[in-house]
Amino acid sequence: MRIALTILAVAALASVPLWLRDPYLLNSLITTGIFVIGAMSLNLLLGFTGQLSLGHIAFFGIGAYVSALTSLGFDVGLPGGFRLVHAPWPPIVGFVLAIIIAGLCGYFVGLLSFRVRGAYFVIVTISFAEVVRLVALNWVELTQGPLALTNIPSIGLPLPGVGELTLRTKLQNYYLVLVVALIAYLLIARLVRSHFGRAMRGLMENETLAVSVGIDVTKTLTLAAVISAAIAGAAGSLYAHYIRIIDPEVFAFINTVTMVIMVISGGKGSLAGPVVGGLIFGLLPVALRPVMAPEAQWIAYGGVLIAILFVLPRGIVPSLAQRFRRSRSGTTALAPVALAETAVKERA
Amino acid sequence: MTARSVAMTIEQVAVRFGGLVAISDMSFTVGEGEIVSLIGPNGAGKTTAFNVMTGFLEPSAGRVTYRDTALNGLKPHQIADLGLIRTFQRTSVFPNDTVYDNLLIGLHRQGRVRLLDAILGLPGARASERKLRQRASELIEWVGLERRAHDAAGSLSYGEQRLVGVALALAAEPSMLLLDEPVSGMNASETHRFVELIRDIRDRGITILLVEHDMPMVMTVSDRIVVLNYGRIIAEGTPDVIRNDPAVIEAYLGHGAARA
Repeated sequence: MRIALTILAVAALASVPLWLRDPYLLNSLITTGIFVIGAMSLNLLLGFTGQLSLGHIAFFGIGAYVSALTSLGFDVGLPGGFRLVHAPWPPIVGFVLAIIIAGLCGYFVGLLSFRVRGAYFVIVTISFAEVVRLVALNWVELTQGPLALTNIPSIGLPLPGVGELTLRTKLQNYYLVLVVALIAYLLIARLVRSHFGRAMRGLMENETLAVSVGIDVTKTLTLAAVISAAIAGAAGSLYAHYIRIIDPEVFAFINTVTMVIMVISGGKGSLAGPVVGGLIFGLLPVALRPVMAPEAQWIAYGGVLIAILFVLPRGIVPSLAQRFRRSRSGTTALAPVALAETAVKERA
Repeated sequence: MTARSVAMTIEQVAVRFGGLVAISDMSFTVGEGEIVSLIGPNGAGKTTAFNVMTGFLEPSAGRVTYRDTALNGLKPHQIADLGLIRTFQRTSVFPNDTVYDNLLIGLHRQGRVRLLDAILGLPGARASERKLRQRASELIEWVGLERRAHDAAGSLSYGEQRLVGVALALAAEPSMLLLDEPVSGMNASETHRFVELIRDIRDRGITILLVEHDMPMVMTVSDRIVVLNYGRIIAEGTPDVIRNDPAVIEAYLGHGAARA
């Protein structure tokens, strides 16, 4: 049932470029897809460990800058008269480095804040994003500051024997984003269904009890932060090589808020939630553009979010899933053992 | 006392919260495979003693040793790794998960696989998952909650949640189990069934330390009883000794009863 739905959704998404010829809409879908990956990574923390990262865009932006700088090269002065010179590398290396460095940042932020958690984690992540934004803005020699990094090369896939396939067209980038999103989705799905995911859920629901059965709080939460940050970094790298220009505005707080809205409306703690919420709020601007000024659009987003949470308080996906289950149960009375077996199969 | 080997030693433990003395100079031992009860009036320091033994609270003085390992300074999850597992006085389940998933979370210590194996779904991780599921079903059957296996633990009755709590503790494969008022809020038949469970746990070779107010239950199940009052141990011995100890009677019923 669940597998059939997933295959159907993937097939639908993969077929989009076949019938959608409008380049503007395709472009919106690509950027939305990139933000959906960011929202999925945020959901790993917010939905599965209960920790709200209000600076999540920092990991996204770090991924974007790392990837851009790796592929553009740089030449910066360091204290003591040294110079750090880096010749351009292929963007695909930048993509990998973006994942690694964003993950490392997640590790340090996690290590710092998970000793105390909750509100402290929120504050540490907000501050972290702001500090990174200021660095990007003021270290002009490295980042060009507000002048932005321009002419970032498109990502290329190394094909053994053939050479390199540079992904320049929207069509190519659409499939690239789709594939990365699928990998991120599968990775998060596997993770939260494994015993690591159960440790995360246990900590979220009843920390004292979780600790008493041997779950290591700091280790579990830091692991979630690393993987979440690494996925956000991958999304950032895709963004940099697709848009091909980035400036410190990428670290704006509003971008984090957008991701949080995507997660909350779609349903935190559900795998498909950020995808559904992300598609709605990513494509809403496209739908509203002909009828509303950008300022009025923000008000409309607020209205839509409130409407969604009013009707489906736990977010779209979990609320609908619950209704579906309720309408189905009562018609079949399975023996407990059979129930256990189906549950096992559903999870596998 | 019999000459069995000692599992846990509590030596001169004291806990002070500012000026309040919760425990002053508590020393006793628990033998391997023994069922020992810690009793005393409300506020005597029983739960505080539990918190010290399981690393949720650092004692102001003294030390706790479990199977030759000093517990001072260890974190709760590290103590759990030594096989010392506790239950809690209040509701102690993961309320939004099903009973079955509760036990899978509880089986954390058995399910450790490498991250990459879990993500890639390698055979090792799969085999481990199968084993956990099997074990979770066994534990549910053992506490008799098969019919509730796929209900959210938070929707269960109080007594049923207690059973889940014990199954959870057992899922962590303890070598010693600390039960904090496990039968409070249970009716007579539930309590009776619980006593059977405790004996069953002991027969699996697990040492048990019990904090409980239900005196008939304590007297039935315990090998030995330690009585606390105002943070001090006022008596220690077999149920028969404790039942007739004047200090204990006084602590529970006051002076008049002791003279009567």
